[in-house]
Amino acid sequence: MNGAQDLGGMMGFGPVVHDDNEPLFHGEWERRAFAATLAMGATGSWTLDASRHARETLPPAQYLSSSYYQIWLAGLEKLLAERGLVTEDEIAAGHALTPPLPVKRKLMADDVETVLAKGGPVDRPASAPARFNVGDRVIAKNMHPETHTRLPRYVRGHAGVIEAVHGVHVFPDTNAHGLGEQPHWLYGVAFKASDLWGADADPGLTVRVDLWEPYLDPA
Amino acid sequence: MSHSHDHHHDHDHSELSETELRVRALETVLTEKGYVDPAAMDKLIDTYETKVGPRNGAHVVATAWTDPDYHDWLMKDATAAIHHLGYIGRQGEHMVAVENTDDTHNMVVCTLCSCYPWPVLGLPPVWYKSAPYRSKAVRDPRGVLKDFGIELPAATDIRVWDSTAEVRYLVIPRRPEGTEGWSAEDLAKLVTRDSMIGTGLALTPDQLGEASS
Repeated sequence: MNGAQDLGGMMGFGPVVHDDNEPLFHGEWERRAFAATLAMGATGSWTLDASRHARETLPPAQYLSSSYYQIWLAGLEKLLAERGLVTEDEIAAGHALTPPLPVKRKLMADDVETVLAKGGPVDRPASAPARFNVGDRVIAKNMHPETHTRLPRYVRGHAGVIEAVHGVHVFPDTNAHGLGEQPHWLYGVAFKASDLWGADADPGLTVRVDLWEPYLDPA
Repeated sequence: MSHSHDHHHDHDHSELSETELRVRALETVLTEKGYVDPAAMDKLIDTYETKVGPRNGAHVVATAWTDPDYHDWLMKDATAAIHHLGYIGRQGEHMVAVENTDDTHNMVVCTLCSCYPWPVLGLPPVWYKSAPYRSKAVRDPRGVLKDFGIELPAATDIRVWDSTAEVRYLVIPRRPEGTEGWSAEDLAKLVTRDSMIGTGLALTPDQLGEASS
């Protein structure tokens, strides 16, 4: 979706401000919001793609004026509410008011290390040959789904070259919406800055973007 | 939790307090409903505060600088080579290493969210997740470098890697001059987090001396 998350190429945000002595978490609430997000993710109640979609569907003004853990918190609350796992009334009350719904798993302290080490690989066996090879010229489709996609606006409609074939990976566009993993070939596609940004672009700049086969047409 | 005393930063205080209260309420509800184990949450936090961070990535880079076979393996199959040093798992399931050379500088961004190679770099800093960085890196990386106080020769090409899928990128910075014969352990001290994102360069021996004096 064309939400506030799709930031590549926007202007007016000012310089990148970095703090060399930045703490990992700015206060206890960030720690707890981070851990609650991961712990609820581990219950298997939604996919990583669905959690990204919950964040990017925040109203643009809210998204752009929130800190990143505020975005995570708002996304988590939305996912919980959509599934009836936690209601707004319960957050307002600060206590459970309704019986819990069943979840697939509960992450226990003793399992944290194993679960983190295992991660969530998204490579899947191929069921069809790759349509493109390294060196092929492709065009990123001009498409504007209102649903989740990982095709950034700034490459849509532009030509690039396949530089890497990563294998077959879970397709976020369906996996975010309960439509299954529907794995597709994933490619590393190189775009010349002048193709993306025009004649004034940095002549020495190449942008590499990872794109799934359904995002691409032959050039 | 230290209640309302965590205001050593520049957010609006009342807004922050509201967020703090909301997080506390949410955790209570999640715990009462049996969805989360607060001890597991403690462990998740402790993992990223004390165990997983950019020292892991620095170990990978310094090993690649000193061991040509490891370097070749890392460039061919970064997931396996990084796993070999013990760094594995969430947000690092599919790794690719990209190497800076005399001609090319690499920079990693996630324009769509905050994708970042956790097992080797830990959790991303605020600027990495911020609108200024995510908007500018793919269009004007030299401008980003300027924000970090770095100017590359105009002839240096720049490749920006937008992490749009679950592939995570680690930049291998150039080994600084004057470090011939250094051990991997000492070299790792030169490898900063930002140098592995591409918004910085590895420290020179002089800079390391200044930093530790």
